[in-house]
Amino acid sequence: MNHLTEEQLVLYYYGEGDGSPAVRAHLDACEACRAEYASLQRVLNVVDSAPVPERDPNYGAQVWSRLHGSGDRDRPGGLSHWWPACHWAAAALVAALVVAAFLAGRYYPKARLYQVGAQTANAGHVRERILLVAVGDHLERSQTVLLELVNARPGEPLDVASERERAGDLVAENRLYRQTAARTGDTRVASVLDDLEPVLLEIAHGPERLTPEEVENLRQRIEGDGILFKVRVVGSTVRHREEKAARDASQKTL
Amino acid sequence: MDSLTESSDSVAVAQVRAGDSGAFRILVERHSRNLFRLAYRMTGHQQDAEDVVQETFLRAYRQLSKFDDRASFGTWLYRIAANCSLDLIRARKRRAAQTEPAAEGGAPDPMQSLPDQAPAPDRLAMSGEVERKVAAVLDGLSEMERTAFVLRHYEGMCIDDIGRTLGVQPNAAKHSIFRAVQKLRRALEPLVSSAS
Repeated sequence: MNHLTEEQLVLYYYGEGDGSPAVRAHLDACEACRAEYASLQRVLNVVDSAPVPERDPNYGAQVWSRLHGSGDRDRPGGLSHWWPACHWAAAALVAALVVAAFLAGRYYPKARLYQVGAQTANAGHVRERILLVAVGDHLERSQTVLLELVNARPGEPLDVASERERAGDLVAENRLYRQTAARTGDTRVASVLDDLEPVLLEIAHGPERLTPEEVENLRQRIEGDGILFKVRVVGSTVRHREEKAARDASQKTL
Repeated sequence: MDSLTESSDSVAVAQVRAGDSGAFRILVERHSRNLFRLAYRMTGHQQDAEDVVQETFLRAYRQLSKFDDRASFGTWLYRIAANCSLDLIRARKRRAAQTEPAAEGGAPDPMQSLPDQAPAPDRLAMSGEVERKVAAVLDGLSEMERTAFVLRHYEGMCIDDIGRTLGVQPNAAKHSIFRAVQKLRRALEPLVSSAS
């Protein structure tokens, strides 16, 4: 009589496979296999006993709250925890720019009270120009990433390691710009950045090598939602606004 | 997962797709605890498991258009959570490799790091030694072995579904489970035998 293999015993333990009645019959008749199976059961039962920390009944509500960015503030957001240091560096740089612009607007005019009106307006322009330059550059880099994916050769797998890395950097910046644009009432820019973010996240957290189907899905997503078009249009508008702001500033200094 | 839950999930999914993002809350509240359990089994860390749960829902929300209505939403979420866990485990390994270059001759065999001498059975029950050994063996499994084993053993997923979740043939999933069980037996059998 052939004894049962370990594979057969494992499948039997998990109720898999179509040989269960035969295995059962063999176990009834064979003491050696019965002992072997009992040993397997003991080990797997012990594995079962490994505890999992309990979550309280409100755990789902807490997760929902965190997904909305409120609630437990000690924990980073799910994505932010995995951001590499370079992403934070990019975000920190942008934050520094925005804060610098804000401080320029806030304090510089106070130092020269006789020019309060003019200087406040000037600081406002400085702030706007810094933001416009940064957002314009961000949209241009995002557009490059999207174009590389959209223009990929159809029907072939695609190595997106580089795009993935760049998208990861862009996600951090995107959030900051989106929040700033929303705060300053620039709804058009905020809206396009809002649309752009999920796509960047998808690229950043996707595989390094895409199958032809995944490439096609991503292309359809980008083109179907009109994201590339919106990024182009708003990017171009932002550039025009930045040039106009620069012209206005130079005329005022003359 | 019962059919009532699945049908209720489908309603919530349809509402989210129709633009009611608040309906996603129902899905989050319903599935969070199960996802945490899976993520904890996969990663072995509470903090990581918390992150996996959040990341899973974020990905699910963004990719809801790809969800096939005929499938189970819970199984789909599990698949995303398993992939998130794998991403995190890989990232952790990359970070560890960068900070602690492997010793000459490759990575240490986790089996060898386990103590040779089995403690007395009475101590065994009290000390959590078995739990530590289980955790050590699970940590030593390959990504595929660990995921396949966790999905089969703890989550009761059938081998065909595990194959679909991992994007491999059922046979490959099956062999990953066998290898995981073999490693667990090798490490735990002496302890279990002496305790029984």
